[in-house]
Amino acid sequence: MNYVIIGNSTAAVGCIEGIRSVDKAGKITVISKEPHHVYSRPLISYLLYGKTTEQRMKYRPDSFYEDNRVTPVLGTAVTKVDYENKKVVLDNGDEIAFDKLLFATGSSPFVPPMAGLEEVENQFSFMKLDDAAALQKVINKETRVLIVGAGLIGLKCAEGICSKVKQITVVDLAPRILPSILDETGSELVQKHIEKQGVKFILSDSVAQFSKNSAQLKSGGKLDFDVLVVAVGVRPETKLAADIGCKVNKGIVSDIHCATNLDGVYAAGDCSESYDITSGQYRVLALLPNAYMQGEAAGINMAGGEKAYDKAIPMNAIGFFGMHIITAGSYDGEAYVVQTEQTYKKLISKDNLLKGFILIGDVARAGIYTSLIRERTPLDTVDYELIKEKPQLMAFTASERAVKLGGAKE
Amino acid sequence: MKRIYVNEKWCLGCHLCEYNCAFANSGSDDMVKALKDIHINPRIKIEEGPQGISFAVSCRHCTEPLCVKSCITGALSVDNGVIEVNKDKCVGCYTCIMICPYGAIMPGNDGSVIQKCELCTNNSFGEPACVRGCPNKAIVFEER
Repeated sequence: MNYVIIGNSTAAVGCIEGIRSVDKAGKITVISKEPHHVYSRPLISYLLYGKTTEQRMKYRPDSFYEDNRVTPVLGTAVTKVDYENKKVVLDNGDEIAFDKLLFATGSSPFVPPMAGLEEVENQFSFMKLDDAAALQKVINKETRVLIVGAGLIGLKCAEGICSKVKQITVVDLAPRILPSILDETGSELVQKHIEKQGVKFILSDSVAQFSKNSAQLKSGGKLDFDVLVVAVGVRPETKLAADIGCKVNKGIVSDIHCATNLDGVYAAGDCSESYDITSGQYRVLALLPNAYMQGEAAGINMAGGEKAYDKAIPMNAIGFFGMHIITAGSYDGEAYVVQTEQTYKKLISKDNLLKGFILIGDVARAGIYTSLIRERTPLDTVDYELIKEKPQLMAFTASERAVKLGGAKE
Repeated sequence: MKRIYVNEKWCLGCHLCEYNCAFANSGSDDMVKALKDIHINPRIKIEEGPQGISFAVSCRHCTEPLCVKSCITGALSVDNGVIEVNKDKCVGCYTCIMICPYGAIMPGNDGSVIQKCELCTNNSFGEPACVRGCPNKAIVFEER
């Protein structure tokens, strides 16, 4: 069996480990444009911050490909998939045959058209190791940085370089930061905390016109900068898949076995859509844990095993300057809120299920909440009053605890 | 594989498991020196409920470990069934805290990396100190 994986990040690793749990012998080839050993993308901000190194941020050990008998073809792009003849064509002219194919192509930065952007010399995205390395080269204690985008990527970038530069300004069209994971109260709390570190926010505004070292804002103000980081959003890399007739909405459409509509072709990770059980909608859940689990399910199914990827939910664990945030699920339902000066907790329930939560500051044992969402545990089977107060196994019945902790069979 | 199992009917809520855990992972060979005047941060923690119920919670070493699959750095891995953390790789993102259904992973002492039960395989005890010190056999280490 010939397995070919396009992409060399989290979903690819999940797939490799999934395949090898079933099929020890098949030939696995991993192809990636990036020349690097598999590394953790979200760690690039920690690399700039100085909390990790290129060696330590490798997602799997140096011996990973060898241990799993994988042929890595790195620094080489796939230009085309020839589905009819079951082979992929590389930019160096080589062709690699496959029986089973995984698209783990990830996503790429979305840079919207902005007037004058081409005049900015020092402009960067913040997705890949090479982006971080390039950014690191140009910043110093005198650098004024403009970040366009107050989402997860833009703000992690701000944290990563904050102590290395003179000034950071974050501009976003939205009226608040991190709107994809926080509500208004949460956004405000986190924004205040980040502002205390010296990061300046200009919200509900955008750049009308760039020149080499300055940005004219829609609101009329002008911002001078030395380095620009564009972190407006990402787009799933779906072109290769769409070209061969894979169904694509925002991401590549795949079923709970991570199979696309084409026989033998699978998709996993940021390039694909997942069924979000909390909203009942297919969405691109561009999150590392989901990428791994999706890739793993794909790999097991590609190798002839049976694995469903059926518990996908949005979930984020992220921190800024020592303030931890954990969120999960969706926020439509009845809210239970507890707020102190430094912490915020919001639990959202609907139809006898926990649908989502936001925890800021105090995130201890958050996984107990996440599990209620993932497992769709009916709230009338637990002591919801108790578990609202704090996540605890005490809220489950004694017989359920005997299963969880005592080794009793379900 | 041998795992830690809890029988909550036998738990006295004495918290000795927490102290033995903190000592075992302190690197010290003197329990008094290791624990005197500190606020312990053990990897096993007692829950105490309204009706006098108590029980210890520590890593279950799941066969389908969500924490390992979710770890963004590759710091969590499985070695012979034991889920271990490589503190050199961990960056303290707390994704594992987000996903562990048992709430059995917690921040380490300064919060910059996480900690979890490794069944005392990586300290000088070699077998779970919490089990050895439990006066009422409410925590056992068994093959089942």
